[in-house]
Amino acid sequence: MRASQRRHRVIDVSADRAWAVISRPELLHLWFPGIVGCTVEGSTRTITTGMGLQLAEDLLTNDPLQRRFQYRIAGGVFREHLASIDVLPLADDRCVVVYASDADPATMAIILGGAMEGALAELARQLESGEGPAVEAVDGTTHPRPEEA
Amino acid sequence: MGRKILFVTTDQQRYDTLGCNGGIVGRTPVIDGLAAAGIRYERAVPQSVVCMPSRSTMLTGQHPSTHGVWMNGVALPVDAPSVAAELHRAGYRTALVGKPHFEPFLDPFGRFTENRLARDGVPTVPSPWHDGSVGPHRGFEHYELATHSPMGGLHYARFIQSQHPEAAAGFYAVLDRDLEVNAEGGGDTGAPQVKDNPVPRELYHTDWVADRTIAWLDGLDDDEDWFVWMSFPDPHHPWDPPASELGRVDWREVPLPPGYPADRAERERILDAKPRHWRLWYDGTLVSNYEAPTQWVPATLTDDQVREVWARNAVELELIDEAVGRVLGAIAARGWADDVDVVFTTDHGELQGDFGLLFKGPYHVDALMRLPLIWRPAPSAAVDPAVVTAPVGLVDLAPTFCRIAGLPEPEWMEGQALPVDDADAEARGFEAVLTEWDSEVLGVEVHVRTITRDGWVCTTYGPGTVHDGTEGELYDLADDPLQQVNRWDDPACAAIRDDLVADLRARQRPPRTPRLPLDAPV
Repeated sequence: MRASQRRHRVIDVSADRAWAVISRPELLHLWFPGIVGCTVEGSTRTITTGMGLQLAEDLLTNDPLQRRFQYRIAGGVFREHLASIDVLPLADDRCVVVYASDADPATMAIILGGAMEGALAELARQLESGEGPAVEAVDGTTHPRPEEA
Repeated sequence: MGRKILFVTTDQQRYDTLGCNGGIVGRTPVIDGLAAAGIRYERAVPQSVVCMPSRSTMLTGQHPSTHGVWMNGVALPVDAPSVAAELHRAGYRTALVGKPHFEPFLDPFGRFTENRLARDGVPTVPSPWHDGSVGPHRGFEHYELATHSPMGGLHYARFIQSQHPEAAAGFYAVLDRDLEVNAEGGGDTGAPQVKDNPVPRELYHTDWVADRTIAWLDGLDDDEDWFVWMSFPDPHHPWDPPASELGRVDWREVPLPPGYPADRAERERILDAKPRHWRLWYDGTLVSNYEAPTQWVPATLTDDQVREVWARNAVELELIDEAVGRVLGAIAARGWADDVDVVFTTDHGELQGDFGLLFKGPYHVDALMRLPLIWRPAPSAAVDPAVVTAPVGLVDLAPTFCRIAGLPEPEWMEGQALPVDDADAEARGFEAVLTEWDSEVLGVEVHVRTITRDGWVCTTYGPGTVHDGTEGELYDLADDPLQQVNRWDDPACAAIRDDLVADLRARQRPPRTPRLPLDAPV
């Protein structure tokens, strides 16, 4: 059985500012609680979770015009997966980030939904405060830790 | 030196599985002895009939609407109020050994503390408390955790995986390849969630929980006060106790329980008089929640499967009873026996054949809502043994622990210390208990509210996937102890129904806002 989960968060920064973080696939572990490591080689991203699981992801879409990022977790317990992150402007200094995951088995979709909610909260915290490893990496004030880059 | 507290919980245990409550399948002499020497409650009601909300109520002394854990898979906020924190602040040593489940188990990201402690090799971590201070996570300075299987990252699982890996394969696989509750059958009858488990008894989680409780107590000084929550994962399914123990109860000798109508037509007539989701689940056309196997159809349940489930459940409870006895023996050997209060209960019940169903779900009847609860006050407190018939709730446990410790009951607790007899219950207004259910999962939502009062159980339904919000259930516990006759639409009961519904709505706590997110199915 498959399931689809969607979360969204209104963030008080411009869509371009949010997109600057989301469009950098190598920074995911800096704003997604529970992902502790992240490497990108070509169109493949490998993440390491807080429980030590490694998952390979196919990076499918990174479209700055639509501000749409899509990836697919390949293998593991997943028979099917597709995630989309869309950034939509609401005003000059306000946007909504929509994070959706379809997955089979359905249980994984529900788990991803909870994790996505936590990720959006952390993304908003960093963007709105201007502080945190993801925004600092984008601003060039710090760099991802070497072992995680 | 004050009174110490041994808080014993099981998981998913029916009221009628203890000898002191009329149980006849298994033997529970240790717990029966506690009941004889203490206070036995005949109408103890959970505030939720699934694990996480109910356990959160035990810890916080709040209803699910208040603490916010509205269904399994919703994490109790790290800074939620905790009676363990109150006790720790007062100088009590505090531990939780066994099953916690304030946070989701299905956690591949390691987002939740419970799942990280064993990996990190630490007994606890500092966390924010509700008053803004920082202390051990939820007030427990020591965690050693277990659940129903040796899979996952909790302490018991790591113990089996690292030291006895050959034993792991003998356990029932709780989840199937879809990571849903497994429907695979086993044993002699093919009953779901049943398996013959070759694990040696001493490696099974029941004895492990007792062993680790004793080990923690052994590390305390004689003059310290302590609160230990000893939380057995059984008799929650899977029903896979050590095979060496199965001879204790021959399932072929187990009588069919009175709540199980053996005649199919009668069973289905009873179900048809209840709100639609009962029959829809029975027929396998609606899965309303994650707590039962989605691939199992209750209508396929056989008489022999009911017998075998009861037998294995009884075996698991006998092992728990003996484990409790062992811990009490260790406590006595330390010279603490006169100063230890023992509270024994469970988080919710188990359908276990009632109405032709197993497991649990949005079904507010005695199978899930009438719980075993025993409080054996410390002998030094000289409290007379009693039986309390007034309704009490698990929401009353946290204030009880405060009272035992001589602490004021914090204003955020919504219950009150358990009564010591019916006169005390009447004097302090124990007259009604509330139970809540909310679930929104796999595209199906169910919302249920129940009041237990004056010998009636009255349940209302909110609008949901198969309910329009007008449905209800009304049972007279004296005339219909098996809740087989739904009086909701009986004109003769309209007045009491309307009064109970009004009282239910008046007593209902406002829901926590914003609603806490669903993080996992369980």
